[in-house]
Amino acid sequence: MNQTIKELSDLLARGEASSAELCQDYLARIERLNPRLNAFITVDPDKTLEEARAADARRARGEAGPLTGVPVAHKDIFCAEGWPATCGSRMLADFVSPYDAHVISRFKAAGMPSLGKTNMDEFAMGSSNETSFFGAVRNPWDERAVPGGSSGGSAAAVAARMAPAATGTDTGGSIRQPAALTGITGLKPTYGVVSRYGMIAFASSLDQAGPMAPSAEDCALLMNVMAGFDARDSTSLERPAEDYARDLDRPLKGLRIGLPREFFGAGLAADVGQAVEAALAVYRRLGAETVEVGLPNSGLSVPVYYVLAPAEASSNLSRYDGVRYGYRAAAYADLTDMYERTRAEGFGAEVKRRIMIGTYVLSHGYYDAYYLQAQKIRRLIAQDFAEAFKACDVILGPTAPTTAFDLGAKTADPVQMYLSDIYTIAVNLAGLPGMSLPCGFGADHRPVGLQIVGDWFGEARMLNVAHQYQLATDWHRRMPEGL
Amino acid sequence: MLSLEDVRRIAHLARIRVSPEEAARYQAQLNGILGLIEQMQAVDTSGVEPMAHAQEVYQRLREDAVTEPDRRDAFQAVAPQVEAGLYLVPKVIE
Repeated sequence: MNQTIKELSDLLARGEASSAELCQDYLARIERLNPRLNAFITVDPDKTLEEARAADARRARGEAGPLTGVPVAHKDIFCAEGWPATCGSRMLADFVSPYDAHVISRFKAAGMPSLGKTNMDEFAMGSSNETSFFGAVRNPWDERAVPGGSSGGSAAAVAARMAPAATGTDTGGSIRQPAALTGITGLKPTYGVVSRYGMIAFASSLDQAGPMAPSAEDCALLMNVMAGFDARDSTSLERPAEDYARDLDRPLKGLRIGLPREFFGAGLAADVGQAVEAALAVYRRLGAETVEVGLPNSGLSVPVYYVLAPAEASSNLSRYDGVRYGYRAAAYADLTDMYERTRAEGFGAEVKRRIMIGTYVLSHGYYDAYYLQAQKIRRLIAQDFAEAFKACDVILGPTAPTTAFDLGAKTADPVQMYLSDIYTIAVNLAGLPGMSLPCGFGADHRPVGLQIVGDWFGEARMLNVAHQYQLATDWHRRMPEGL
Repeated sequence: MLSLEDVRRIAHLARIRVSPEEAARYQAQLNGILGLIEQMQAVDTSGVEPMAHAQEVYQRLREDAVTEPDRRDAFQAVAPQVEAGLYLVPKVIE
């Protein structure tokens, strides 16, 4: 089961396996492992196999694309017609989508069957997957640990090879942090590269979808499926199509790697720091040079994020009113009472906290001090990156300050949970592309992630930098034992 | 610092019902989060243009033409309560 997307696609092309056979193998593995890991919220073998047979028929007609027949799992934030889309919430527990997200329609057009919908923090708000209405996900490397979040189900599914790849979304680190904590590769594209249409909204100026898979090469191939202009997303960018795999083989000689001093200071666990330093040594051996850069305002990214993201969320989530779709309270006195009971019963505690923070910072008399101030510092953070990229081609550092923490360790204190995204959030605020790839293990034998931040629209270069590292190392081929 | 009364007011603005015990818990947690956010106030941002979006994009215009098919039945099939093509809510006018 430890095959890359590329290897599966070659297997299908040579006729050595059918998509239906591949899907059956993965579905069997899901059936066996999901009771332990809780990575999937919805599995529907009939639907999966129907899509797989259609992919096989398409191949038989000679109409297969490069990834036709290769299955993927989708984070339950994406709407797919006829499938539930719960977003990890009681609010949408019974919602079956009547339409396809743009990302889903792209996978359908590529002929890639869906293995099901993966678990996630409620409305993508969380860094441990513990806020899901459908229960926590366990880390396949150590079932006492969280898989990270919010795309924790997708990360655990890929790490346990219950799916060869999965989709995720990243608003403040929700692809990269769980990828780091589960030892897989994940990519958050430049804001605007992948359409948000049909992706349930959290913070619209930050939300971006991307691939999660064992390797960077896999992520490049999946980006070729996911990216592209879509008129239905008003922030989708009209850019010429690109082949994200085009630079994979480029040598790294002369590559300038920027190391932000702010990412290597207090707060970084020693074992994570050591694994990242060892990765930097590999890069130097490959001919790259490192330069120190400064991101002086990045320390403010967590406070800025916890103004902007809740503000946007409080607006986006006002749509859950018990009228047009989703949960409605069973008993109420009048319309206001219906709204208040529906939202009190339908949302979990973390979502309510963020809606209330957002409501407060946008309320009369506080807007300038909070929301506007946060937007101004957001610009300073973006300008820091622009300045840094004058001296380097990519920025490297840790993805998360520690390896995966234990289930329940941070649930009592929201602020401690928020600080686990301290190295990822600035990238979303600036709208830059970022990746995480496995680079070793911590003292507790849990995976460590190396973060690569690319220049705006620098995905192909970033994937090149990741792929060359993966040619020189085998961390991305490691699998948890005992599964 | 938010008072208990502030928390109740914010919860009402957000249309979320909170019990007295919940209000006390949210008061402590929200004040913790606001404490984190407070760091922003030390930064001099005079002359800095607020950044609303990651890209400098402008709203696209399109032809004023009908492009969506009529899918009312499919969309109302997921509503909590509908009748004759209408969404039902508690009576708002006596």
